[in-house]
Amino acid sequence: LQPLGGAAGLMCFSLLCVCRGEVPPKPTGVVTIVPPIKPDNGPQAYPEAEKANLPVFTMNYPRIQIPFEITLWMLLASFAKIGFHVYHKITIWVPESCLLISIGLIVGAIMHSVHEEPPAVLTSNVFFLYMLPPIVLWFAVVGTLWNSVGIGMSLFAICQIEAFGVQDINLQENLLFASIISAVDPVAVLNVFEDVNVNEQLYIVVFGECLFNDAVTVVLYNMFSFVAEMPVVEPVDVFLGVARFFVVGLGGMGFGILFGFVAAFTTRFTSKVREIEPLFIFMYSYLAYLVAELFSISSIMAIVTCALTMKYYVEENVSQRSCTTIRHVVKMLGAISETLIFFFLGVVTITTEHEWNWGYILFTLLFAFVWRGLGVLVLTQIINPFRTIPFNLKDQFGLAYGGLRGAISFALAFTLPDNIGRKQLFVTATIAIILFTVFLQGISIRPLIEFINVRRTNRNLGTINVEIHCRLMEHTIAGIEDLCGQWSHFYWKDKFMKFNNRILRRILIRDSRAESSIVALYKKLELQNAMEILDTVSGDISAAPSIVSLYEEKKSSAKPKKKFLAADLRNMHDILSKNMYKIRQRTVAYTNKHALPNDSQTKEILIRRHASIRRSLRPGSFQSTMVPKSHKYFSLPPGQSLDLKFPPGRLSYTDDHETLSEVAYPTRRSRSSRPARSSSRAMMPLRRLDTLTEAPSVDAVGDGGRTDHGVSRTDSSYSDSHAAPRRHINSSDDQDSGSVDNLRNNHHEAQEEEEQPSSSSPVWAAEPRDGTTRNPLLRRPQWNPKKK
Amino acid sequence: MGSSSSSTERIPDAQELMQETGFSAAHLVRLYERFEFLDKDDRGELRLDDFEAVSELAMNPIGDRIIGAFFSPGRETVDFPSFVRILAHFRPTDTNRTRNGRNGAQPEPANSRTSKLKFAFQLYDQDRDGKVSREELLQVLRMMLEMQVTEEQLQSIAERAIQEADLDRDDAISFDEFKKSLEKVDIEHKMSVRFLE
Repeated sequence: LQPLGGAAGLMCFSLLCVCRGEVPPKPTGVVTIVPPIKPDNGPQAYPEAEKANLPVFTMNYPRIQIPFEITLWMLLASFAKIGFHVYHKITIWVPESCLLISIGLIVGAIMHSVHEEPPAVLTSNVFFLYMLPPIVLWFAVVGTLWNSVGIGMSLFAICQIEAFGVQDINLQENLLFASIISAVDPVAVLNVFEDVNVNEQLYIVVFGECLFNDAVTVVLYNMFSFVAEMPVVEPVDVFLGVARFFVVGLGGMGFGILFGFVAAFTTRFTSKVREIEPLFIFMYSYLAYLVAELFSISSIMAIVTCALTMKYYVEENVSQRSCTTIRHVVKMLGAISETLIFFFLGVVTITTEHEWNWGYILFTLLFAFVWRGLGVLVLTQIINPFRTIPFNLKDQFGLAYGGLRGAISFALAFTLPDNIGRKQLFVTATIAIILFTVFLQGISIRPLIEFINVRRTNRNLGTINVEIHCRLMEHTIAGIEDLCGQWSHFYWKDKFMKFNNRILRRILIRDSRAESSIVALYKKLELQNAMEILDTVSGDISAAPSIVSLYEEKKSSAKPKKKFLAADLRNMHDILSKNMYKIRQRTVAYTNKHALPNDSQTKEILIRRHASIRRSLRPGSFQSTMVPKSHKYFSLPPGQSLDLKFPPGRLSYTDDHETLSEVAYPTRRSRSSRPARSSSRAMMPLRRLDTLTEAPSVDAVGDGGRTDHGVSRTDSSYSDSHAAPRRHINSSDDQDSGSVDNLRNNHHEAQEEEEQPSSSSPVWAAEPRDGTTRNPLLRRPQWNPKKK
Repeated sequence: MGSSSSSTERIPDAQELMQETGFSAAHLVRLYERFEFLDKDDRGELRLDDFEAVSELAMNPIGDRIIGAFFSPGRETVDFPSFVRILAHFRPTDTNRTRNGRNGAQPEPANSRTSKLKFAFQLYDQDRDGKVSREELLQVLRMMLEMQVTEEQLQSIAERAIQEADLDRDDAISFDEFKKSLEKVDIEHKMSVRFLE
């Protein structure tokens, strides 16, 4: 549900196609916009006299022409996209948009030479209604306003200069033009920022701006075009214009929020109809858009706010699959749009008639730069005091330089009404500026940013120590903040959050304790973990003593100090900065607009935590105080594997959480509670040795008397020789001692080493099972309960 | 912010807690609300699963350790005073207090630089022996680094870290060494949660 950044894509496409029809006559060949054409293999194709035989094989191209050509164009553009990534190195230096435009230029040239026209496929209405909605865009309102007004004014000033011959452009038209070209589209910039790992603040601002920008521009554009058509502008009109701007903008947002809430409310009840959940989302967004169009308020704002509102509430209600589906579809549509628009930009550049005016165009470029730079400067000065991490100059430069123009400008330029005298000039100027920024700035921004060394995340803070500790502290703070929940200093925000939590969430969200996928994964891992504990692979455990002894060695030996070269240090810093887990980013959920959100990092963290939990459950896991006397394990006969034959129900721990509770504070808890879930050895191998008879259950799971049981068992039943098996059997023996004997003897044989005679053998846990016959004996290693 | 001391009435020992931790009444109330929110079964204390219900903590590489820090040795639950006392470590340092100096009788405030460092130190030092051994450092490193780092690289990094910090050559980092290695770092900012001010 994340709004798609970047290209206006299909909107532009649509507008483009609209204007195709309006552009001064071109060589025909254009497939004109028509409502469904009657197939012309009708009667007139045949001379009347002849009897029409039933055609066995017919071709009816016009019938499918429109969708067919659209599809072909999309495919072509997509192939181009595939092509770029085949040679990966290109995409590092040259932004995709450049490549697409270039391909478009080539194709356009081809078409131009054969006097073909790009398909003007559908009416504007159709496109607006069908194609625009997938594109959801955001804005930096003020920035755009600033740019528009600034550029407009300056251009107007320039126009007064006679030398350029553009005096006939009046203020309104200038403003209109300015609003067109202030729409920033930093698609390429975002990719570069990501690769270069600029600090999150900068990234977020650029990201947000590119989203907001387009909507505001369109609003402005509509406003200005309305104004531009009026011969005389009075102050009243200006005032009204401003008022309309607010109505349009805020109205759009209002509608969006309204629809968002309705959607959230609906999804509260969709737990039984999961398959159509994505449909609800899309339909509601679409509705928001249409209704906004109905009232002539900013449909783009409507859809953006709708999406945002929905994201917050709906994401908790819909199933994981629906979420994924929605994301996939949105990303796909966004990718298509973007591809197409740049592609067409290239094509159209060649095929339109241009009107070039050096003065105007050059000054446009100049002013675009100047005003953007100024705008960034001024805006950051204003907001810096309110920010904890102020933007420094380098950030600002990145921000300013990242102001590439793109698709929206392109589209808007084409839809300028014809009564603007200098329309061609505007179009040309727009194309010029787009090409200039995309190619020049797009390609050069990466080296520049690396050069000026925009403050990155986690710069080398000196020593390795410091880097590690700082990251630890950052993680800690993130964790504590998460624990504390959302707070702020701001009264109204807090009030809203309280309102939100108490009322809104109750109404709109199905289960206010809804689980995220991560929590679900977590629980699943926990369960798996618990199961695996009971079936731990022998290799690990029998190796444990040796690992521990190694560790002891390490401690005592005086290792010669290793020398580290500067190169080593650099490597280390590199490794650390690249491989340390990043702090959870609260604000930018999907840092790459092209990729789907990647929670593999989170999953990795979870899985590792579980692995380490398991490790720490093993006796003697690297605790020097832990004397691993108690674990002598029976190794698996080679080649055996432990499959999980135990149904989960066996894990009759009182609750899963206790598994974790012990682990979380491994050292300080009394060991006595450990035995219950310590790594026990499955008796799988025993089963395979045919001497086994199924003995009634010994369960590794100690339910009730875990703690005391364990202690007493240890005390009473340890012996330090394996040759005295019987003592190992617990008092509450339900077992068939015969079989136990057998087992033990077999184990004797299977035993690999007799390491520490002082180490006591594992104790047979002989607690009655739940009655189901399972693998006869589960041996649990007991280690000396260390009470701290 | 409208919350007067009357709302702290629900909180047992509110005054002492405020004294001890330095939290204002408003913050204490908020923390209490948060405590109640986390305490899903209304037991008046938090268990491990309550902490784990905070899904973001599960995603934190050192989430386990952070949670563990809340539980006093041997206890399985966290009551409100303990909760608040730990969080007090993360209150931003009041600069005036330190300037005025402290008379010797006053205990180290929970949010002083030393206390914050101590908290961080204890995240490493799980066995509470006052030293961060190589192994403990390695454990934390492993948690914080992605899987692509080889064991060898890890060992080198840990080795280097200890070399840098270990002044008395005991192959472990004591608290003082830890403090010294971080002397240039602005701990007060790094280890403070803004909104607890």
